Amino acid sequence: MPTRLEETRRVRLTNVVSECRDVTSLHFEDPWAAKGRPGQYLMVWIPGLDEVPMSLSTIGEGGASSITVRTVGEATEALSRLKPGDSVGVRGPLGNGYTIECERPLLVGGGSGVASLAPLARDMLSKGVEPTFVLGARSTDQLIFMERLGKLLGPRLLVSTDDGSRGYSGYASDYAAKLMDRERFDHVYTCGPELMMARVFQDAEGRGLPVQAGMERYIKCAVGLCGACGVGPYRVCVDGPVFDSRMLRDIRGELGVSKMDLSGRAVRVDH
Amino acid sequence: MSKLSLAVDVAGLRMRNPVMNAAGVLGMSPPILKRVYDSGAGAVVTKSVGPAPRTGHGNPTLVQLSCGALNAMGLPNPGADYYADEIRKLKRMGVPTVASFFGGSVQEFAEVARKLTGAGADALELNASCPNVAEELGMLASDACNVEKVTAAVKDETDLPVFVKLSPNVTDIKAVARAAEQGGADAITAANTLLGIAIDVGFRRPVLTNVTGGLSGPAAKPVALRCVWEVSQAVEVPVIGCGGVATWEDAVEYLLAGASAVQVGTAVTAHGFKVFGDIAEGLERYMAENGFTRVEEVVGLAHEAGRDQKSKADKCSIRV
Repeated sequence: MPTRLEETRRVRLTNVVSECRDVTSLHFEDPWAAKGRPGQYLMVWIPGLDEVPMSLSTIGEGGASSITVRTVGEATEALSRLKPGDSVGVRGPLGNGYTIECERPLLVGGGSGVASLAPLARDMLSKGVEPTFVLGARSTDQLIFMERLGKLLGPRLLVSTDDGSRGYSGYASDYAAKLMDRERFDHVYTCGPELMMARVFQDAEGRGLPVQAGMERYIKCAVGLCGACGVGPYRVCVDGPVFDSRMLRDIRGELGVSKMDLSGRAVRVDH
Repeated sequence: MSKLSLAVDVAGLRMRNPVMNAAGVLGMSPPILKRVYDSGAGAVVTKSVGPAPRTGHGNPTLVQLSCGALNAMGLPNPGADYYADEIRKLKRMGVPTVASFFGGSVQEFAEVARKLTGAGADALELNASCPNVAEELGMLASDACNVEKVTAAVKDETDLPVFVKLSPNVTDIKAVARAAEQGGADAITAANTLLGIAIDVGFRRPVLTNVTGGLSGPAAKPVALRCVWEVSQAVEVPVIGCGGVATWEDAVEYLLAGASAVQVGTAVTAHGFKVFGDIAEGLERYMAENGFTRVEEVVGLAHEAGRDQKSKADKCSIRV
């Protein structure tokens, strides 16, 4: 076993759970992951294929932690095909997680971005903070963590689908804006598609609410060295992945607008 | 007595202090390089820029080791035409900028040098030594003759100071440094990373996608320091030290070995952006406490003692 969490180690999967059609959670036992904070990520190595950043979706519950993978490419597809007993390499948890500095938080999760907010909701409850959680997806069949979050939050779990097949009909960000007007929140946490987070930030900012947003970029070194995951003056890998309002203001021109591709050219953010 | 100043002029590149980031470190985008400068660096060095966009190698591209880091990024860069605009942005923000660059042929090196010069860079650093694209592009720095040829071709295209960054993975770095000087190099950067490998015992396979990578950080320091020691005796032009600089003591060691400036890379992992300013401040304290007023006074100071020691050692160890 390595002596530092930044070093790669092998973990064996104890459980693999299909959350919906193209989203899978991989559970494993790892002492470092169990000490992680919501919002932090692991670099997950699929030997011979790739190494990808993955938020912790469960943190040391009964000793086990998990990541939750949406199939978007070769690496995530390989991950989602793994079986209990298979192994992956991991380093981390890395980066800065969410901080809980609030009494009445609103959590807005879209798609697989819900993954990093689920352990946050649990942490909040254990600290006596009661979150309201907007769980958004394109359609009912893409909603994840319904049961888990429902048990945790009861009526404070609010569902929204873009196609209106369940709960609020429309974008999670629109629903969140309505809730911001209706209830007195003191902090907004969001993770999901960047266009959604940009809207949530804008709406919260307009109402004077502080925001923490879980950013996603292609991460290479994961230790703040190469700059490949740069957004404005920040490195998502170590300055993030959770960005607070001050950081989000600094990257206003890029948030939901553009990002660097693998060669360092700016390309459009399209979701 | 004159006032203490950290300002240096390295082959025509004027800097407020002799601390830079190393090429490939934090150099993908102007706002992050600006942050390097605002954190106290004297100048910044860009990512190595080539003639066309490259995505670089797939992950894993970096392995953390107890003694440093091993990386094989594979020279990802957006290409000279695109990066020329990034350099213009840096210059508009008032950041002294060294443009690191590479090519796959003499013509490409010259072409990229011309574009980056046109963009307004303050100096160029010719990357003759990336260990991670050797099979693809050829490891230029292992062939003294090629280094001279490429350096000369680049010098024909630019009036800017040209630093030639050499590899430690050669039998005689002095010979390569002399060839670069012969070709017109205005300074030598020593050194790039050491070729290494990491193998995972659980999966029983190399970790890096590229299989081998460049070793940097604490483990590389004694080797790179020795490169500076040797190169600074072999050439007349200034030497820039690079390899495992993490503290002001490391920087002073490099200066004493003959470096006129230093570049910081892997230490950013442990110390963050403040490492640049911390090193500059520590150097200033060292100079004040030891009665130095200019950085140049420290450069190469260990050599005289080194020569004495070496001749004594040689005499004593011939026979018993």
